[in-house]
Parts: sequence; structure tokens; C-alpha cells
Amino acid sequence: MEQLAKRLAEAFGVSGFEEEIRSVLLEEVKDLVDEVRVDSLGNLIAVRKGSGGGKRVMLAAHMDQIGLMVTYVDEKGFMRFANVGYIYALASWGGQVRFADGTLGTVGLDGRVKAGRTLPELRDYYIDTGATSKAEVTQKVGAVAAFWPGFASQGNTWFSPNLDDRAGCVVLVQLLRDLKDVKIDHDLYVVFTTQEEIGPRGAQTAGYAIEPDLAIAIDVTLTGDIPYASPAMEVGLGKGVAIKVQDSGMIGHAGLNAKLIGAAESAGIPYQLEVLQGGTTDAYAIQVTRAGVPATALSIPSRHVHTPSQIVDQRDVAATVRLLDVFLRGPIDL
Amino acid sequence: MDKAQISDILKQLTSVDGLSGSEARVAELVRSLAGSTVTEFRTDALGNLIGLRRGAPEAGSESASGRIMLAAHMDEIGLAVTKIDRGFLHLAKVGGVDPRSVVGQEVTVYPSGPGSAAYPDGLPGYVGSRPPHLLSADERQKVVGLADLRVDLGLPPAFFENGLIRVGDRIALRGPVTELLGGRLASKALDNRVSVAVMIGALGYLDAMRHTWDVFAVATVQEEYGLRGAKAAAFGVAPDLGIALDVTFADTPGVSDNETFAMDKGPTIGLGPNLHPGVVRRLKAAAEALEIPYQIEPLPGNSGTDAWAIQVTQAGIPTGLISVPVRYMHSCVETVALADVDRAARLLAGFISRLDATSLADIATELP
Amino acid sequence: MTDLRDLLKRLSETFGPSGNEKAVRALIRAEIEGRVDRLEVDALGNLIAFKAGIGPEPRLKVLLAAHMDEVGFMITKINKDGTLAFSAPSVDARLLLAKRVRIGEPGVPGVICAPVPHLQKGDSAHRVLDADDLFIDIGAADEKFASAKVTLGDYATFATSFSVLSEDPAWPTVRGKAFDDRAGCAALVALLAGDEAYPVDLYAAFTVQEEVGLRGARVVAHRVAPDAAFALEGTICDDLPRPPDEDSTPVTRVGDGPAITLMDRSLVSHPGLLALLKETAEETGLAVQYKAPGLGGTDAGAMHLAREGVPAIAVATPCRYIHGPAAILNLNDLQTLVSLVDGALRRIGPANLSR
Repeated sequence: MEQLAKRLAEAFGVSGFEEEIRSVLLEEVKDLVDEVRVDSLGNLIAVRKGSGGGKRVMLAAHMDQIGLMVTYVDEKGFMRFANVGYIYALASWGGQVRFADGTLGTVGLDGRVKAGRTLPELRDYYIDTGATSKAEVTQKVGAVAAFWPGFASQGNTWFSPNLDDRAGCVVLVQLLRDLKDVKIDHDLYVVFTTQEEIGPRGAQTAGYAIEPDLAIAIDVTLTGDIPYASPAMEVGLGKGVAIKVQDSGMIGHAGLNAKLIGAAESAGIPYQLEVLQGGTTDAYAIQVTRAGVPATALSIPSRHVHTPSQIVDQRDVAATVRLLDVFLRGPIDL
Repeated sequence: MDKAQISDILKQLTSVDGLSGSEARVAELVRSLAGSTVTEFRTDALGNLIGLRRGAPEAGSESASGRIMLAAHMDEIGLAVTKIDRGFLHLAKVGGVDPRSVVGQEVTVYPSGPGSAAYPDGLPGYVGSRPPHLLSADERQKVVGLADLRVDLGLPPAFFENGLIRVGDRIALRGPVTELLGGRLASKALDNRVSVAVMIGALGYLDAMRHTWDVFAVATVQEEYGLRGAKAAAFGVAPDLGIALDVTFADTPGVSDNETFAMDKGPTIGLGPNLHPGVVRRLKAAAEALEIPYQIEPLPGNSGTDAWAIQVTQAGIPTGLISVPVRYMHSCVETVALADVDRAARLLAGFISRLDATSLADIATELP
Repeated sequence: MTDLRDLLKRLSETFGPSGNEKAVRALIRAEIEGRVDRLEVDALGNLIAFKAGIGPEPRLKVLLAAHMDEVGFMITKINKDGTLAFSAPSVDARLLLAKRVRIGEPGVPGVICAPVPHLQKGDSAHRVLDADDLFIDIGAADEKFASAKVTLGDYATFATSFSVLSEDPAWPTVRGKAFDDRAGCAALVALLAGDEAYPVDLYAAFTVQEEVGLRGARVVAHRVAPDAAFALEGTICDDLPRPPDEDSTPVTRVGDGPAITLMDRSLVSHPGLLALLKETAEETGLAVQYKAPGLGGTDAGAMHLAREGVPAIAVATPCRYIHGPAAILNLNDLQTLVSLVDGALRRIGPANLSR
């Protein structure tokens, strides 16, 4: 699973520009499902038909990550940018970034912000590729970059700027691998969605197209186990897969959550209950498509989300895979 | 149906707890209060309660002349548990709770962990604050944010050892019905049980009137969490017209009267881009014909109600909004004039009974 | 060109704030009736015109959208002294002071008050006054007089007349209100008015309520379910002279041609349509520019999320000072916008719609 995580984390894929990660994921899943298609938002939809009599289950993990888009290249080759998704001004200075073509840069802070006197805003930053003139820069307005480097691991810990939500993508690929040659009743619509960080957008149109009986998003959540955590949160790294009671956008379907909790308890899978203040997932969009869909999210606890170096515990990732596996092998009656 | 019955319905509705996402008890009560005025009920995927009251087809027609959807959200704002710390509960908002009016409030905690079956009506709790004697003058001037508030159940830490209370458990604010002078009533959750009462009241009035349109009376869920239920309900019902029912801001000392409406002067009819001008015209006409006082509520953008979701469902739905003025919104002492609740119910019933096979075309003339 | 200018003038001077686009709809209907196969008005007031294409079926279904509404005001209270309280959520508050407005379709003239410099005390001179601090004066002596002319909930707009600033064919500029998005409406009318039919089935939607949340376009896209969608807009332009070392983008520049959206707050443009516009510009020799990413939103933001998703893009005429009493644009930019979209409609094919 670690090699898979590395491969996915190192593939480029900023919201709206997911071509590379999509083709990597396509390679991973095409032999594990019956049908794959790409829709007009760029979602990768992989369909695994069940043996019948089950539900139509949509599982969604977003393949996009936050990034920076060049808005202006000045005479010296410094590039101003707009955020693609939520970028913390505080977590940008000195961040290394990589463009789709592999060009590297560092996010610099301009001199208008006197250190210590005011908090910088994104407009005070620029990307510096080490050029000294505009002519040396190959990037144009519209070029997209993401924080870099990609993946590293240490014991049970994975580090990467995009574990939100490459960790979720790992879960879905691993699940499909584990289910290979296993008979389950349900039709699985495994969707690697696009543009979650700027919407969610891809999940909305995919949800409309698929019309699932129920939907589960797999994403990361924050933890309450850091120094002076505020607001307080029970979720902690290494304590298992988190089941979403509510976040700032949606309330998880109580019946679906109860089934997931039941499955976790009967299989002895470590789990935790999640209330997230500040953030939501693809489930938020899917839940209100058409006439409504019972929806919730399974979350992988993560620290330092939306910074250049996020952390997850791979045991929590594994617990998420296991819970889905157990849940999907049985009947689902809501 | 009459004003006394509607007032009684309202009192019953506010004494049940139903936070966004946990509206089942309110739904149960709505079913029983609506009684035979509704032909059939169904519950959709998100928990919206959809009641159908069939119209009597016009002479020479086999089916109803149209389908109208009413939306009154049955969820209320409240709190949720985010952490249990030696018996004290950390809090998150469920909907737009103002932390300032939560301090010193009585609450009901609904546990969901092992052993919770013994507490179907929840456990009493209290949102305490530190004694003022111990605080500096500065600290006493500061608002206590939600992150620093705790619910105290007054029970020893051992009580929680089996995980009786879990992260995410619902905490309802207590605000029992208090009858004030002048036919006014204070209670928690008048936002939006007032509108649920209006809806049930209107169904009751319609029971004694003739109407040719099918009425889909929807008690929606999760409005306070982003109009979630109404989006899905409107898609599923796919009505020809929609009327949202909500509360609005009543005159309050200290608040500019540009944005508030008189109490006991009738419900407001919303006017603005969210509301179809033809529907507005017909609502005003019904009010005038029935001599029901009303006020116009200018809404230049988002009405902040289920109407905002209903209007843009599928290919668009002509939508209207009837609101009842309420003071101190989103607190446990929300206050309403009972006469306004009845007026809104009669207005709604009158509007519906005047709909016929020509009404959609009539409404459309306002957008040539 | 003078036809386009004249059309823009009439559109600009028409009353049409978000929620009350009736007069604009009537004007546009009169312009395009007879040039299209079908005209419909939907439940929100969107005007949807259908023009069948020529050539073999199946033909692509393309939706073009331009919004009829302008930023405006609503009267929220008639004060006892005859002045009017108002709300103006989409207007930059700094632009409100001392402006002339018209209220309602009859166009009752009014002025937004202004602080008197001689009488200002303390530092109130340095605070931005917003709608809550201001009022509209129609000259009524009291509430009774005012109520005879104006009703609670009436809409109002700036009262700006259209004017021609330059007739130099190399730099033909005009000034007027509501260029966002009457410029787009003018372009869309011009596209329908051409004599040569298109190889696609065209839905031209003159939408409502874009300024309060892309509302009209959302329901039009659901109803039409197009294969591709384009929003035609008037967009942000900040090309004023600035200190030489100021390190920022003008977003767009007047005179550099139509501005194509790469990404704004509502949409990442579909790469296939981006390529289509780029190729069209190259093949037809049209100068285009790219709007600096990350700013604003358009009807395309609503359209691309309809149903199972729709490939969409936005392209706009640069307008200085949008969302205020008067904007300035260059008619060459507007004409080129028309030519660009016309060319794109003749070139668009299934290859432009895939990923």
C-alpha cells in the first residue's frame, strides 16, 4: 500500500488539471473493474458490477489537490498567483512547488510585508524558479503548480502535501484490489472525483449521473491531538477510521452511520466518531443530488492539512479499507 | 381549524426536540397533528416528511389542476458534542447558534452510546460559566466563545466510562413555552415550528374548503444546515408552484427598523428576485380578499429560506414566501404574536383554494 | 459597428436590476423575434431563444448565455421624512455616495445623499459609508408624498445615460451603465442576427439574476441540457496606469480583444473549449487575451454543473469600472467577441468536448 501511496502522491493533479493523476489511477483500476469512463468534469468513474440483489453504492475520493495558478509574470520572472482551493497564507512562505512540467519553484514573500508586523496575504507572495528575467521562464499565465516534494514515509507515518485526498484514493484502489474475485451483491461506482477543493464540483455531477442508493466519501479530517487544539476534537491520529457525524457542510446520514459503526464493532476495526468544524467533503455535494441520497464520509485523520507536509497514519488508512470491505460484503438495509 | 387549535399545535411542536439531522420526533408529531387532513405521507432519502393532500379535480377534469409544494422546515438549531472531558462536554454548533445566548442555558443531551436506551428523552444539562467573582474586570467584558463553553450534566465522571455519550450526540436547547401578555408566546424553536404550525393549520382550514390543486405539504429537514432538505424534496416532488414558510425579524428595540417588521400586524410576503412576481401578486390578492393584514418584505437577494433552494430546482419553480415575524431569533426566547400564526395559516389556505387550471398561465403573465 | 453601438446604447439605458428584467427582456425579444425559430420565457424570467442549425444530424446543442440583469438597489423602507432606505448588496459601497438613481419602471428620479464636507466631524470622513448609512432622496416632503410615488420593494438602478467617448475606428470607446452584461446581450443578439446559419443547434439564453448568484443560468442549463455552454460577459478591467514597479496584473486590457477565462471563482474552463477558442482566434486572425485567473464568476459557473456536467467556458469584453454607475468599453473588443464566438460555433465538434 505504501508503494501505491507514493505513486499516487507523486502524480500531478491540481483541481481542474487532474490529467496525470487520472491516468495513473486508470492504470491502477482498469483491470479490477468492469467498466471505466471519464465524464465532462474529468471524473474517473470505475464500475464494478455486483452479483445482483444489492444496492448501487457510490464511493468517492477526490483526486485533485490544492495548488497555485500563475496570474502574472513580471519582468524579472517572478510569478504572481491565485489560489486553486484553500491555501493558507501562513503556510506558504518558503514552500517548494512543482509545475505540471516538472519545473520547481519556491514561494517567496515580497518586501511590502515587514516581518512580524502584519500577517501576509496571498497577494504578497510570488513563485521564484530561480530565473532572473522573464525570458528564462517557460510558465505562462494559467500555469498550475502544487506543493512539492511528494511522498515520504517513516514507521507508520506517511508525509505528503496531498494526502488530502490521495490517501482516500489509496483506500479505494486498495479496496478494489482486496475485492478482486470476491462476490458481493452491490454494484460499486468507485469515483475518483475532480475539483473537490474548489467546490465540490465533480462529485455533484457524478452523483447526478450515477443516482446511487447510498454514497460514502473517503477523505481526510483534522485531529484534536495537537498542542492547544482548537476547537476541541476527539479524533486522533492512529485511533482508527473516523465516521462522519457532521462537518461544516453536512450531517452524515444517521442510519448509514449506524450501519458502519455496527460493521466496525462486529469486525473489531478501530474507529472514531467525527465532528469537524471547518471543512467538508464530496459527500456534501452528493447528498443533495436529485431527490437526495443517504450519504456520509469515512475520514482518515490527518495533521497539518492544507500545508506542504501533511501526515496520516497508515494504520488508519488500512482500517478504512477494512471497514469498507466488511461493510460491502454484507447486505445494506437503511 | 381555528386560532386556538393552531396555538395548541404550535405549543406541542415546540416541546419536541429536533435538531438538524435528527428530526424524526418532530416528523412523528407532524404526522399525528395533521391527522386526516393529509391523505398519505412518505419520507424521502434525507428524512423530509412529504404529506399529500389531494385536491378535488375541476368539473370535466380527471386530475388535479396543479401541484403545489409547501415547505416548512422542522429542524431547529442546537449543539453537538465534540469531546467528553472528565464528564464535561465540548460543543459544536448545529446551525446558527449565537454562543452569547447559550451561556447559562438549560439543555437536553441525547446520548447514543451503550446504555442510551434508558434515556429516550435525554439527560438534563446546563451550560455553565465561571463565577464572575473569579474573573478580572477585563475577562468579564469578553464574550465567551463556544470553544470555551462546556455542558455540565452534574454527574460523576464514572457515569461516562462506558461511552454513554458519544462524539456527535445532539444537545437541544431548552426553552419551554411561556405565555406573555397580549397574545404573545415565547419559546425555543419558533424558528421554524411556527411555520410547521402554519402549514398544519392551513391544511386544517383547507379541509373545510374546496381546492383543485394537489398540495404537497413538506416538513423539510436540515434547513438550518444549508437548505439541504428542501433541495432534495423539491426535486422529488417537482411541483408547479412552491411556497416556503419561515419566520422573519420582528421589530426589536435596538435594531434598525429597516430590516424588521411589526408584530401582530400579520405575516410578511417576500418580494424580490427569489420570489415570482405572479405568486406575490396572488398572495397579496388572497390576503386582501380575506382581509388578512400583511406586510411586504423586500428581499434583494438570498431570502435565507427554503425558497432559495426551491426556486432553482430542475428547470425552475415559481416560488413564494410567507413569513411570520419573530423576535430574538435563534435564541431560546423567540417570541411571536399567536394571531400572526393564524393569519399566515388562513392566508396560505386562501391562496391555495384560489388556484385553478388557469393559475399558472396567470402567474406567467408577470414575466412576459 | 454603429448597429452594435446603437443596440448597446438601448440595452444599457434600459431598466433591469436582478429580479426585474422585464424591460430588457421586452427589448431583446423585439430585436430577435423573426430571427429565431422559437422563443420561451421560463419560471424565473429567462428568455430562451432556439435557432436550429443546418447540416447533418445529429447536431451539437450549444447554449450561449448573457445575463440581462444589472446590479441594482431595492427600496427597503420609506422613512417618515420622505427619504428612502435601500439595500444594494452587489454594488461596491464606495461608489454609492452622491449618485443619481431611477426607481421603478416609471423611473422616479432620486439622488443618493452625500455627506457635507463642511459639516463633517471627527474621523467619520475616513469611513466607507454603506447602504445602511445612506438614503435616497426623491424630493418628497414626508412619508405620504413619497408613498404616492414609490412602494416598498421597488427596484432602482443608477441613472446613467450612454455616451460615445471616441469614434476613432482604432479606438472606439463608449460609456454607460450595465455593460456587465448588456455588452454580452448585445453580442448574443448580434450572433442571432447573422444571415448564415450555424452547423449547431443554438440555444441563446438571456438570463436573469446572475448578479445574485448565477440563478437564471442554473435552471436554463438544466432545461436545455446542452453539449457545450458559453457565457458571454463584460468583465473586470484594471488597466489604469500604476507605479512602474507595482507588481500586479491588470486582469484584462481595453483594446486587447475579448478576454477568455482560464479559471475564475466559479469555473475552470473546459480544456477542449479553451483549445477551440484559441484555434478559432488563430485561424481567423483575431486578437484575444486571457483574463487573469481567480477573479469573479459567471453564468458558466452554474451551467457547467448542470445534470451530469457540461463542458463550459466564459469569454468577455473588458469593461473598466463594472458594478458601478458607468463602465467604459472598446467596441472593437465587443465586435471581436462576436466574431470569435461566431467562428467557434462553426468549428466546434465532439473532439472539443472530451477530456
